[in-house]
Amino acid sequence: MGTLATQCLRIVLVLFGISTIAFFLIHLSGDPVLLMLPPEATQEEIEAFRHQMGFDRPLSEQYINFLSQAVRGDFGESLKFHQPSLQVVLERMPATLELTLFATLLSVLIAVPLGIYSAVNRNSLSENLVTVAVFLGQSMPIFWTGIMLMLLFGVKLHWLPVSGRGTWAHLLMPAFTLAVWVAPTTLRIVRSSMLEVLQQDYIRTARSKGLAERVVIYKHALKNASIPIITVIGFQIGKLLGGAVVTETVFAWPGVGQLVVKAIYTADYPLVQACVVILALIVAAMNFSVDAMYRHLNPKIKSG
Amino acid sequence: MNDLGVQTADRPLAETAQPPVSEWKRTYRKFVKNPVGIIGLAMVVMITLMSIAAPLLTSHDPIDVHLEKKLQPPVWQEGGSWEHWLGTDEVGRDVWARLVYGSRISLAVGFFAVVISLVLGTALGMLAGYFRGKTDFAISTVIDIMMAFPFILLALATIAVMGPSLLNMILVLGLTDWTQYARLVRSEVINLREQEFIQAGYALGSRHWRIIWKHLLPNCLPSVIVLATLAMARAILMESSLSFLGLGVSSPTPSWGFMMSTGRPYIATAWWLATLPGIAILITVLGINLAGDRIRDLLDPKVD
Repeated sequence: MGTLATQCLRIVLVLFGISTIAFFLIHLSGDPVLLMLPPEATQEEIEAFRHQMGFDRPLSEQYINFLSQAVRGDFGESLKFHQPSLQVVLERMPATLELTLFATLLSVLIAVPLGIYSAVNRNSLSENLVTVAVFLGQSMPIFWTGIMLMLLFGVKLHWLPVSGRGTWAHLLMPAFTLAVWVAPTTLRIVRSSMLEVLQQDYIRTARSKGLAERVVIYKHALKNASIPIITVIGFQIGKLLGGAVVTETVFAWPGVGQLVVKAIYTADYPLVQACVVILALIVAAMNFSVDAMYRHLNPKIKSG
Repeated sequence: MNDLGVQTADRPLAETAQPPVSEWKRTYRKFVKNPVGIIGLAMVVMITLMSIAAPLLTSHDPIDVHLEKKLQPPVWQEGGSWEHWLGTDEVGRDVWARLVYGSRISLAVGFFAVVISLVLGTALGMLAGYFRGKTDFAISTVIDIMMAFPFILLALATIAVMGPSLLNMILVLGLTDWTQYARLVRSEVINLREQEFIQAGYALGSRHWRIIWKHLLPNCLPSVIVLATLAMARAILMESSLSFLGLGVSSPTPSWGFMMSTGRPYIATAWWLATLPGIAILITVLGINLAGDRIRDLLDPKVD
């Protein structure tokens, strides 16, 4: 099937598609100029701005310009920061990466042990409690989780700062909020793949050799159940970046998520475009590498 | 358990002679037996009835402003009264009335967004899986592109440009969340096509659309329904997130997400404003997830 060539072609097409959507996004409303200028702008200001941004050119020309500049990392100047949009986005990126990576770590620390536990202790009372927690976690709006944590640990108990970035204490609540959001999915995958592996013959063999149950579970079973677990963790990076948009806004965390929401409020669309493209690029890269890894680790999958 | 035996004894033959009907019936009976599914369904029915019978459940108008009665606490707290048993918000509107009417927005967005994405995703997945080749490559690439965008980011940016309204919310959620159906239906159709009863259809000279409509679609339906229930939960959560960020239905109309956003600044003094709408969302989404999970167990154990 020429998997590698097809995959490469597909990556290029996805990059192209991402930029195309980012370009047409601002033309959805009809006139991007009216979108970006305040309603009290005069006719002369509108025309001057239209000319300056190149919106008076034919759409096809604008599109080609946008693509050729985007390839070079040029998304135009942010209307609010008066700096290249890409630069503004990249400055905020470390904060977002810090938050999402820490949240991933937390979610794995919550989901993997609990998932294994509920697979090993099937139909026990505590397994049912884990299931209840999973359903609650899946059903809570992410910003509500954040507000409730804020109410409890910030306002009532005064243990943690309610917003901003700086110390480890600042990181805990937003990261935990995100972790609660993604952990249920990971937990379910851990549980179901562990259940599947624990039925296999080699587990029975390991047990009959007289190995300690702990060794059987953590060494033999977990190792063999790890492919779907790693896959789901990888795919969740995209979900986490989306969740970061809301979480960063709740906790005033100065990352790309908060930046894009503010850019939308202030109609700073060159900046919105840069945020959208960069975040989508990260997710696409993540999806492709998880996919490639999955194919590599799992010889059963050939193509499709 | 042996439904068929019982049925032939005391029901007309015509009814038992149709296997698809009795299969749905059997599923229904199994569903009724498990308390978890019933509890979930009861929660959904309760919220649905609440949205239909809203005017009967409260005598207050959800958008009536009474500044002199602002920030009254719920009845069980000091200063609360049965007049406004869940308190009032920052401009004196009755919180219970707003919660009751707010259910309409959540359910409408959840339902219609799912209908749009289900139809679109199933159709595209069917085309890709059935015709393979270039059609498949094109559709799969579009899916890859869509999956690269964090769902909320795409929805957020699109609504910001198109302007916040109920219709735009439904359209945007419907048009961005169809990829899962497409992926699922595509892979099911690829498997189904090779099976004998489909091949027999070709041998008998059936046309494409007949095979799709009569054989492939009914076989994909159970998995699609399972996805749809979970997608409805997600759409409701997404609506609340977008409304929370101020991009939902316009201001006086009560929406649970927007209620939390306006209540958040009062978190230290009037906790009920941001807390109660979250509980309403939690009940709705939890109900859908519980019922959906049972439906999944019964209809399609493969999907996870």
